[in-house]
Amino acid sequence: MIQTRALKKTSLSALFEKLTAAGRRILAPRKNGDQIAFEEIASARDMADDYIQTTLPPKSCVLPRCETILQYRFVGKDVEIQDTPPKAVPTVVFGVRPCDARSFAVLNSVFTWDYKDAFFTSRLENLVVIGVSCTKADAYCFCTSVGGGPGRTEGSDILLTPINADEYLAEIITEKGNEIVALAPDLFGPPPTAKKEDVLADVPVRFELAKLAERLPELFYREEIWTDQSLRCLGCGTCAFLCPACVCFDIQDESNHNGGIRARCWDSCGLSLFTLHTSGHNPRHRQSQRWRQRVMHKFSYFQDRLGYIACVGCGRCARACPADMNLVEHLKALVEAV
Amino acid sequence: MEALRKRARELLETGAVDVVIGYGAGSAPDRARAIFVRTPKQADELILDDRCSRNLAVYLMKPEVQALGRPAIVANVPALRSILQLAAESQMADGRVVAIGFNGNGTLTELPTFKAIEEYLAAIPPALTPEELARIATIEKMSMAERFAFWRSLFARCLRCYACRAACPLCYCGKCFVECNQPQWIPAIPHEESNLEWHLTRAMHLAGRCINCGDCAAACPVGIPLNVLTQMLAREVAGQFGLHAGTSSKKEYVLSTFKTDDKETFIR
Repeated sequence: MIQTRALKKTSLSALFEKLTAAGRRILAPRKNGDQIAFEEIASARDMADDYIQTTLPPKSCVLPRCETILQYRFVGKDVEIQDTPPKAVPTVVFGVRPCDARSFAVLNSVFTWDYKDAFFTSRLENLVVIGVSCTKADAYCFCTSVGGGPGRTEGSDILLTPINADEYLAEIITEKGNEIVALAPDLFGPPPTAKKEDVLADVPVRFELAKLAERLPELFYREEIWTDQSLRCLGCGTCAFLCPACVCFDIQDESNHNGGIRARCWDSCGLSLFTLHTSGHNPRHRQSQRWRQRVMHKFSYFQDRLGYIACVGCGRCARACPADMNLVEHLKALVEAV
Repeated sequence: MEALRKRARELLETGAVDVVIGYGAGSAPDRARAIFVRTPKQADELILDDRCSRNLAVYLMKPEVQALGRPAIVANVPALRSILQLAAESQMADGRVVAIGFNGNGTLTELPTFKAIEEYLAAIPPALTPEELARIATIEKMSMAERFAFWRSLFARCLRCYACRAACPLCYCGKCFVECNQPQWIPAIPHEESNLEWHLTRAMHLAGRCINCGDCAAACPVGIPLNVLTQMLAREVAGQFGLHAGTSSKKEYVLSTFKTDDKETFIR
């Protein structure tokens, strides 16, 4: 059961001090030029306060851009393999938008699907998500089209909604959230009277998700649609690298004459190398096939297999695309395709 | 804009070209995007205004676009330079592309041959903007240690998505050195060292070839000003060899040309 409290904005510094004293690392959005990144911060004063989205999602808290999974050493003609145990640090990530917060469940469904990935799960277990509701949105936001909303609680352990100039409405959602409140109970006051709904951003629904999922298996074969949509796509992978719900990775070795490391690194199905076989054959040799894969995976295969849509509507892909590929526009076109 | 649409229609109607690569309205009022006009009717979607700043020449090397047939391209100055540089590198046949050049005041000039592009560009000497010069000056004031720290901290952000490469009309290699694993020139794992190696090697590969469209930096999702590296290298090449990329379709490439009458004695 969700409990409601009030938290003064000026209390954040004190809250962060308590969290740090309790041995938790705090990641929060920090502004650096035109970039806003989740970084380890020492004080609440260092945080960015006016932003719609961080440049990168909080995904790296659970799935780093690159993570060593084992080490090896050459011993004579043998190779000695040494496991690299997961080293998750107890972390509180603050300022996560409700769309991004929903992505942790999507990621978790992959990394616990048929095999429990120790690296991912240990990071997730050690992570507390303090979300902050959106009071502003832009034309690229579409959380409401994929089942989310600017004040949705899924994925956050505590969700803060800036209810007025001085206070957050704090919703304590999970046991992990309760543990955070227990570290600084005095900071959380009785619930404010103002209504959360009144301050939330207005994010209109842009397309019918159920209809899209229903149509995609048939549209798969409409080569001309995918080709047309993807002609301007440069195949750069920015969309995947900024996506909170993209999970594709690549396993890479880096070695010298003594041995080396094996690491898991982010990858993207939009890159031609992703499906290139050793033989030289590439089953997705055209960008249209890779674009189709991206859409099918997120909105059809993923839901069929794992019960989630692999998109939370954050809009980063469209905001950052150098070729102005706009996912929502193309999804709408797919729903309406004749 | 009407003149452009009219000419695009004519080019398609007469069969002179199969596709007009141009700019169309983007997904926000301040954005334009590449469009591929294949029917005379579609020509009405072409726009030409301040939003049209990206270098569309990148699409000339894209297999999916090449498959559409003979192209015309709405080309700003960087796109025209790209075409000449691609020609100089034997990547494009003369007369294959109909360039429709446009400049700041919206004047259109049809440039069907490399010679026409060369003559058109002869009146526009390659120069950096005052902002670009000021940024270079700021970096040059740094000590070597400061400069290294500056770039290192920027490269640390790099996701190795290779959007810089994808957006570059001159990064057309079928297999990029960074994807070569026998030998593995550069670790594929992104970390500070390998990111540094990637960016420095990429910059060197573009030394004296970069035509300074800035699309690498514009494409970078984490805001690394990559074009500064190639701007500084272009200045070295211009200063030492008097050569400017994208000014001639026949220019020999400075880093792969050997001349027996070279003025330097050490090389003979």
